[in-house]
Amino acid sequence: MSADDRGAVLVVEGLHKTFTLHTQGGIELPVLRGVDLVVRPGECVALSDPSGSGKSTLLRAVYANYRPQRGRILVAHDGGRVDMAGAGPRELLAVRRRTIGYVSQFLRVIPRVPTLEVVVEPLREFGVPRDLALDRGRALLTRLRIPERLWNLSPVTFSGGEQQRVNLARGFVADFPILLLDEPTASLDVASRALVVELIHDALARRAGIVGAFHDAEVREAVATRTVSLHGAGAAA
Amino acid sequence: MDADRPLLRARGVTRYYGARIGCRDVGLDLWPGEVLGIVGESGSGKTTLLGCLCGRLAPSGGTVEFTQRDGIVVDIPTLPEPALRKLARTDWGVVHQNPRDGLRLGVSAGANVGERLMALGARHYGRIRQTAADWLGRVEIDRGRIDDWPETFSSGMQQRLQIARTLVTEPRLVFMDEPTGGLDVSVQARLLDLLRRLVTDLGLAAVIVTHDLAVTRLLAHRLLVMRGGEAVEWGLTDQVLDDPQHPYTQLLVSSVLHP
Repeated sequence: MSADDRGAVLVVEGLHKTFTLHTQGGIELPVLRGVDLVVRPGECVALSDPSGSGKSTLLRAVYANYRPQRGRILVAHDGGRVDMAGAGPRELLAVRRRTIGYVSQFLRVIPRVPTLEVVVEPLREFGVPRDLALDRGRALLTRLRIPERLWNLSPVTFSGGEQQRVNLARGFVADFPILLLDEPTASLDVASRALVVELIHDALARRAGIVGAFHDAEVREAVATRTVSLHGAGAAA
Repeated sequence: MDADRPLLRARGVTRYYGARIGCRDVGLDLWPGEVLGIVGESGSGKTTLLGCLCGRLAPSGGTVEFTQRDGIVVDIPTLPEPALRKLARTDWGVVHQNPRDGLRLGVSAGANVGERLMALGARHYGRIRQTAADWLGRVEIDRGRIDDWPETFSSGMQQRLQIARTLVTEPRLVFMDEPTGGLDVSVQARLLDLLRRLVTDLGLAAVIVTHDLAVTRLLAHRLLVMRGGEAVEWGLTDQVLDDPQHPYTQLLVSSVLHP
């Protein structure tokens, strides 16, 4: 890590991730080969590579969902730094609870849990009192145009766009210092896309550090403060 | 209590059945508020491991340390029987796969819940009955059924009653062996949601043995995969399920149907 990286919220160094498919004859799929990335507060870094080039893999590795073979993923957490590639399970869970928010294209929830509860769960885990959490949840659901009559229903049966917006509400409800956005606008209409751009601008204004894959060029141009390629020399720029 | 000390710490836990291996050299740490899932197919040693952890089986080797409420660390396999029984009454709870193993079928639902409180010294009848009624409510059993016998309940209700009976004494660690096994899918979903809320609200730690990966996705923070008596892989639940490393775990994960 260089002196420039000191104020960064996220520093990725020499990250390697290869998948070995034991059920398919032990085929090896090298996806990340020495990726470097620095993200500072108030920055939204857009990963520009085409699909299939490892953008989701990188985001998942930063969230410690995927386990890389080599490299470091240093995250500013509770006044120190945690290496997501080497930390123990308790530390990883603490970072997810308080420091990193992750929005994927897919909503994965427990059947029967009402939408409002799904949305406020990150705040509850953070220790925010229930009433306050519910107020924030309601405000965000309203802002994302999820009709109030749906708040007490499980999102399992919602449309793709509605599920995506519930996912976004869940990701933006807590003021995480780091946000990982994996195609956050993939199944959204134009009006909803504009709302997401607004949410991202708000997060940048409170100095969050954001990394995202945005296949939608319009959204990408609206939110990215910098664009990098995982495989080019520009990755660490 | 020292927050950096696990509630339960097992090292080198080994159990032979004659020459056959039940489980071999398994280690794990469990902290307050965490749910650990132990998965594997039948015969993988997961139930043997659970038995060694909760003192039901004597391991052939290894240590299982439990940190009591008073901060004193005890070794379960060498703990004298009366002390073990006291732990089971106070700090621990066990939820059996078959609710009939965890319930007393010859007394009412209310008595099933109240009995555990009385074992801890509660004597005031009105308060015990009130607490029992509250718990029936929490596990979504109509309070009007408080005087009915568990025999008249459906299997899903019996399982929820067993959970109420187990949690009423506010244990710090709960062992569950296939708690949703044998239940209809819709009943399972309801029970999982209930368990999850109770675990979060009460800050419980739990060890849950299951062959159902979907159950662990919803309930467990961490996962231990067993095969042939050995732990072959462990990690955060989503790590193990989304990025399995061991050939056996990959086979297990790729064999699950996603409806």
